[in-house]
Amino acid sequence: MTDETAVLAPSAAGSERPAAEGGDRRQLWRSRRYRWDLRWSPYGFVAPFFLFFAAFGLFPLLYTGWAALHQVELTDPDAMTWVGLRNFTRLWDDAFFWNALRNTFTIGLLSTVPQLAIALGLAHLLNYKMRGSAFFRVAVLTPYATSVAAATLVFVLLFGRDYGMVNWVLSTVGFGPVDWQNGPFASQVAVSTIVVWRWTGYNALIYLAAMQAVSADLYESAELDGASRWQQFVHVTVPSLRPTIFFTCVVSTIGATQLFGEPLLFNGGAGATGGSDHQFQTLGLYLYEQGWVNLHLGRASAIAWAMFLILLLIAGAARLLRRVSR
Amino acid sequence: MRSLRAGKPTYVVLGVFTLGSLFPLVWTAIAASRNNTRLAQTPPPFWFGGNLGHNLSVAWTDANMGTALLNTVIVAGTITAGTVLFSTLAGFAFAKLRFRGRRPLMALVVATMLVPPQLSVVPLYMLIAELSWTDRLQAVVLPALVGAFGVFFMRQYLVHALPFELVEAARTDGASSWRVVWHVVFPAARPAMAVLGMLTFVMAWNDFFWPIVALTQNGSPTVQVALTGLGRGYIPDQSVIMAGALLGTLPLLLVFLVFGRQIVGGIMQGAVKG
Repeated sequence: MTDETAVLAPSAAGSERPAAEGGDRRQLWRSRRYRWDLRWSPYGFVAPFFLFFAAFGLFPLLYTGWAALHQVELTDPDAMTWVGLRNFTRLWDDAFFWNALRNTFTIGLLSTVPQLAIALGLAHLLNYKMRGSAFFRVAVLTPYATSVAAATLVFVLLFGRDYGMVNWVLSTVGFGPVDWQNGPFASQVAVSTIVVWRWTGYNALIYLAAMQAVSADLYESAELDGASRWQQFVHVTVPSLRPTIFFTCVVSTIGATQLFGEPLLFNGGAGATGGSDHQFQTLGLYLYEQGWVNLHLGRASAIAWAMFLILLLIAGAARLLRRVSR
Repeated sequence: MRSLRAGKPTYVVLGVFTLGSLFPLVWTAIAASRNNTRLAQTPPPFWFGGNLGHNLSVAWTDANMGTALLNTVIVAGTITAGTVLFSTLAGFAFAKLRFRGRRPLMALVVATMLVPPQLSVVPLYMLIAELSWTDRLQAVVLPALVGAFGVFFMRQYLVHALPFELVEAARTDGASSWRVVWHVVFPAARPAMAVLGMLTFVMAWNDFFWPIVALTQNGSPTVQVALTGLGRGYIPDQSVIMAGALLGTLPLLLVFLVFGRQIVGGIMQGAVKG
């Protein structure tokens, strides 16, 4: 750092004596200001990030742990009563919490697995040389530009029990109507569909980017060995993409644990219960219900911590899995 | 990179995917152009009706869509401007400047990406309640004004796109840091700033969880919060809800129509470098 400063500061103070005394002083001042600028401006450039992060990221993060140990009501957030671990023990005995945890897991699985599998195939197709490739890429990404709110409201109609398009199609091919909103499993499938619809194209593009980085030599030698296109996909493309696949798995899992908007709005305006029988209430939704419907901010904080711990558990399991599979 | 020619089946399958991607959006417009009674019949409508204007105007007044759209433009615009500016500055510092604590600070930036937003939502709410910001737009804007992803994205870009010599040449000419940023960094970073700007705008426009928590009283909602309100009517009029969904989606679709290729490129670029 200091050596660079020395190189970069061109006229070190007092090295030469100009004719006028005033000019000398000005020169001195200018070079001092110059060195001061060099030294401190990097901190100035990174300061906004850290200032905002400290205020709206770090402070709340630490404070959540504190709030989870208190009884705090939304109606009067200043009045905090120490309750120790009671918020957590209550959660442990809370059937709705376990229900939400189970639902989050099922919906997460139902949305993440098809989403990534389809994305992989889609990326493979997009990787071919073809006419209109730019159009196809933009088209499959369009759902990404649609908000959770708008997308869910549309899918509520499409999945309507009596007049919805999905059931109409099913009935024309000879299946009975499915109660997409009240069936426990059916509703979770429907909620997952919204997630799959919104994020498949996005993941496909991430895979496509990784595919384009795979060396052509690998494919050539595979072709020389007589591998079919499908065999090339399985034995060359997928192994080369393993880091990217792992990355998307992590990101989608994190996204799945935080699922909130879809189950909130799939309820047809009935609130944060996640269906008449909590059949598609996720942890994110349960947190919202406890905090902003039932007004128990302390309990909401405890749920937030539980979610974080679950994420850490998943991350630990993923690491273990990676080490074993290597 | 290899590129085999696509056969007919590829076009067919991609066509099906395209249809699946676009159909719900097109159908939003179809449903918005019908009325509630028609939507409660089988088979569902597959083509446009004549009720679009009426539904749009009802959604506009009922859900206060004008205000909501304006609020969303303000929120998403400010967040985008702030994120792009601050990310470029920090990304430049991390990519090209040497200063004490650079490595640990960058590690801290990356670490903040791993923290789930739910973990801070309760205290954040208490904070904005303390500041009497509930229902004010700054409650949504300020926490989102910087982001680790942006810093990371700009750093990765500038490491390669901005030659050291350029910075040093400007320095030797006696340029102050701000002049270097203005005349060297910003021009070099412009493509990445554009991509980051579009990605941020899409994200900010569609953000749901925090706005719905922070803007509880529906005084000055964003489009997403307003849409939630539309669905909560006593007997919800589905065609009006669809009109509202259309209003909330159209601006972004227009952005997409114009900048779609750049956004695609940005996501793919971020994927490889991230």
